[in-house]
Amino acid sequence: MEAVNLLSSNKYTEKQIGYLFISVLVNSNSELIRLINNAIKNDLASRNPTFMCLALHCIANVGSREMGEAFAADIPRILVAGDSMDSVKQSAALCLLRLYKASPDLVPMGEWTARVVHLLNDQHMGVVTAAVSLITCLCKKNPDDFKTCISLAVSRLSRIVSSASTDLQDYTYYFVPAPWLSVKLLRLLQCYPPPEDAAVKGRLVECLETVLNKAQEPPKSKKVQHSNAKNAILFETISLIIHYDSEPNLLVRACNQLGQFLQHRETNLRYLALESMCTLASSEFSHEAVKTHIDTVINALKTERDVSVRQRAADLLYAMCDRSNAKQIVSEMLRYLETADYAIREEIVLKVAILAEKYAVDYSWYVDTILNLIRIAGDYVSEEVWYRVLQIVTNRDDVQGYAAKTVFEALQAPACHENMVKVGGYILGEFGNLIAGDPRSSPPVQFSLLHSKFHLCSVATRALLLSTYIKFINLFPETKATIQGVLRAGSQLRNADVELQQRAVEYLTLSSVASTDVLATVLEEMPPFPERESSILAKLKRKKGPGAGSALDDGRRDPSSNDINGGVEPTASTVSTPSPSADLLGLRAAPPPAAPQAPSGAGNLLVDVSSDGPATQPSLGPTPEEAFLSPGPEDISPPIPEADELLNKFVCKNNGVLFENQLLQIGVKSEFRQNLGRMYLFFGNKTSVQFQNFTPNVVHPGDLQTHLAVQTKRVAAQVDGGAQVQQVLNIECLRDFLTPPLLSVRFRYGGAPQSLTLKLPVTINKFFQPTEMAAQDFFQRWKQLSLPQQEAQKIFKANHPMDAEVTKAKLLGFGSALLDNVDPNPENFVGAGIIQTKALQVGCLLRLEPNAQAQMYRLTLRTSKEPVSRHLCELLAQQF
Amino acid sequence: MQFMLLFSRQGKLRLQKWYVPLSDKEKKKITRELVQTVLARKPKMCSFLEWRDLKIVYKRYASLYFCCAIEDQDNELITLEIIHRYVELLDKYFGSVCELDIIFNFEKAYFILDEFLLGGEVQETSKKNVLKAIEQADLLQEKMLKVVH
Repeated sequence: MEAVNLLSSNKYTEKQIGYLFISVLVNSNSELIRLINNAIKNDLASRNPTFMCLALHCIANVGSREMGEAFAADIPRILVAGDSMDSVKQSAALCLLRLYKASPDLVPMGEWTARVVHLLNDQHMGVVTAAVSLITCLCKKNPDDFKTCISLAVSRLSRIVSSASTDLQDYTYYFVPAPWLSVKLLRLLQCYPPPEDAAVKGRLVECLETVLNKAQEPPKSKKVQHSNAKNAILFETISLIIHYDSEPNLLVRACNQLGQFLQHRETNLRYLALESMCTLASSEFSHEAVKTHIDTVINALKTERDVSVRQRAADLLYAMCDRSNAKQIVSEMLRYLETADYAIREEIVLKVAILAEKYAVDYSWYVDTILNLIRIAGDYVSEEVWYRVLQIVTNRDDVQGYAAKTVFEALQAPACHENMVKVGGYILGEFGNLIAGDPRSSPPVQFSLLHSKFHLCSVATRALLLSTYIKFINLFPETKATIQGVLRAGSQLRNADVELQQRAVEYLTLSSVASTDVLATVLEEMPPFPERESSILAKLKRKKGPGAGSALDDGRRDPSSNDINGGVEPTASTVSTPSPSADLLGLRAAPPPAAPQAPSGAGNLLVDVSSDGPATQPSLGPTPEEAFLSPGPEDISPPIPEADELLNKFVCKNNGVLFENQLLQIGVKSEFRQNLGRMYLFFGNKTSVQFQNFTPNVVHPGDLQTHLAVQTKRVAAQVDGGAQVQQVLNIECLRDFLTPPLLSVRFRYGGAPQSLTLKLPVTINKFFQPTEMAAQDFFQRWKQLSLPQQEAQKIFKANHPMDAEVTKAKLLGFGSALLDNVDPNPENFVGAGIIQTKALQVGCLLRLEPNAQAQMYRLTLRTSKEPVSRHLCELLAQQF
Repeated sequence: MQFMLLFSRQGKLRLQKWYVPLSDKEKKKITRELVQTVLARKPKMCSFLEWRDLKIVYKRYASLYFCCAIEDQDNELITLEIIHRYVELLDKYFGSVCELDIIFNFEKAYFILDEFLLGGEVQETSKKNVLKAIEQADLLQEKMLKVVH
């Protein structure tokens, strides 16, 4: 309370102390704030610049929403008023910035914004310094309103950069003219694409070159402040060059400059150079130039004394890795791992695992690398990593024998990590037969080797080993007696752990009851895993957060890939072959909680296990009677698991079979023109029994109704056995939309109600109208759409053979026009089109760059609407 | 910039300035964690480190550590010079500043910081202008005192 009294005082000392108290001690959501506001209001109106500044400082220091509500409207006025003192303007600009950051909705945009931009021309350098910060923040939300700042910033920058070191008097800092302002201006320019006006652009490029040139000049002072200020500008310049990513010459020069810093005696500069190079490595123009520094970077990894610098070096190695240097980089990182700090080991392990997989030419190298990882840093090898190696070995039969041999050798070490036992157990259980011919690794030897580790392992590993044993009984009948002996031992059958006991009991019964044929079926080799996104990437991304380096881009491409599936989630078909080790790998089907099995036990096991899996039948499973009788959009079942996959098949085509099971086939024929479309759905009854109460229904989840209108015609409620009914849908696209409508089908088959929900194959790209344009027009438009939020990009592995003709057909099917002779690289595809909706049109440009060597694509979409870019990019990326 | 902390070699906090709203509990936690991290570092190590999703820039002057937290795109080197300029300002104002000056005249240290940085951004880089503003304030204060006596 006393503070509020002090604040209202006319005496400067008291006022000042009052403000200090509030700034330091009052929390932004304190009740006191409301009492203070009145005093501040008086000071703001006082026309005494010292009082005004104190008040503005206080608002900025507290920065609460209440403050914003009280003053956000006044401050812009003070900021642009002609009679405000310079110091007041400076404080007002930054005060407004703080309020805007806290609650952007409270700061009204208006005619003052144009006048703020012109503060860049102000005589007073301090005013410019404060104003640039404000503009940089505001222009991110409203780039167009502030566009004029580009040319003003460039000319201001150019004047500073070309001024002599003493021109700016007190704004020169250790012989560097206005370093803070320069850095801020360069930051502001990074909010925009390269200037369109050739003169402005020329002037800017000149500035950037001057900065690069100055870096080569001898220092004007030996003081570290001089070099820091100078290099701060240099690094910001390089950031801008990387942001533009369009001037190969400047990019290479930047890279060379950073290369010099890599060996600088200042630790700070080495750190920053490594960090900055990481981003350069992702530009196609400078990737090669970055690679030339590989030896220096490896040396840094070995010799730097500071762990944070070593960390940067490891990041850079990861970013510069490609097929040509993968072996070298991976082996260096493995060597580093032996001495690396504990805090970063897990990250290094993940990176090595990713690089080894991504750039593996022969998979025996990959297997060696991962086993080395386990040997060197077993504790840091997460489940994702060893799941992945199992997945890859299972899917590639050329490496299975090698893997079996290698793990067998690795297991012979007197002490080996438990993860090694897990991998070894799994691989020998699957592929131990491939090395059984060699007497040194005959089945009994394999078994006794594994079993020698058994007692030292955790429950999870022992459970996995038990599964390996039962697989051995199938692979090597000669081991049956020994293994049954082990399973029968009291320590297994009466194990305190339920899981172990259960496995021992079930496997023992299975091995004695089932015939060899049944055993062979049940314990068949695991089928290949479906190829999918490596979950390791997702994990690394989670660890590092976004923006962690170029190669991580791949990690961002599939937000839906979750970690447990480990890319190792078995397909539905594996469920019917209950591989003993399956549940360890994240399959939901744990063996049933069963007492010792009766002779029919094996059969029960099969049924129970499969009923628990990601089932194929529940989609048509019975629904409660009531729900069926009162169908409404609310109680439709969620789409079947395959709905997304089915939808993806129709992104580039309009006709085909949408869905089929034992009862029903659904075919689709559709055509689209402008923002309108017509779709025919054909429902075929595949049985000989009549479907009753047949009701197909289109549902709009969420607020889709306002984006897409679908009219349906009713169809007959009965569908005779073997007959087909047709339903016509009229579709109108009102606005751009992201989720497709749902198609819910309900009917009664033999008295049992059935229901099924699919995604209707209507995606935004159906309303594409192809647009032909010349190269020049294309590039002009491409540049116009260069805000970061307008672009969406994905880098992804090819899922299908990379055939140019097929790709062309898909892109045309997607709806865009294909433009020849636009991209300088004839391998690349460039397309353009307009998405027609009733409310608006969205121009879209796309570019697809295949890399046959790496079996990867890079897809870039630019449209005038951010969600559309992202959505199209996601849709299209699934097609290749 | 998100916040600036000044602490002694013994880990005593001498000045704190927060440019983002945080609860007191959170502030205490951050301070404790950072003081520990920074004090554990050896003299020759680099002045930057990654911490949570921020970058920490710190520098030691005599017995005091100056420590700033900046965001991902912010420039580390220029932040290092922000610290230096602030030290220069304190030095000029107090005449070879030492830790005790900041302990006993902490309000001045805050006023100088407010003139130099506002809302986490550099407001005025000219040493002359910042000190002029502070001197004017002091002058006003003296005048008032005379009137009072």
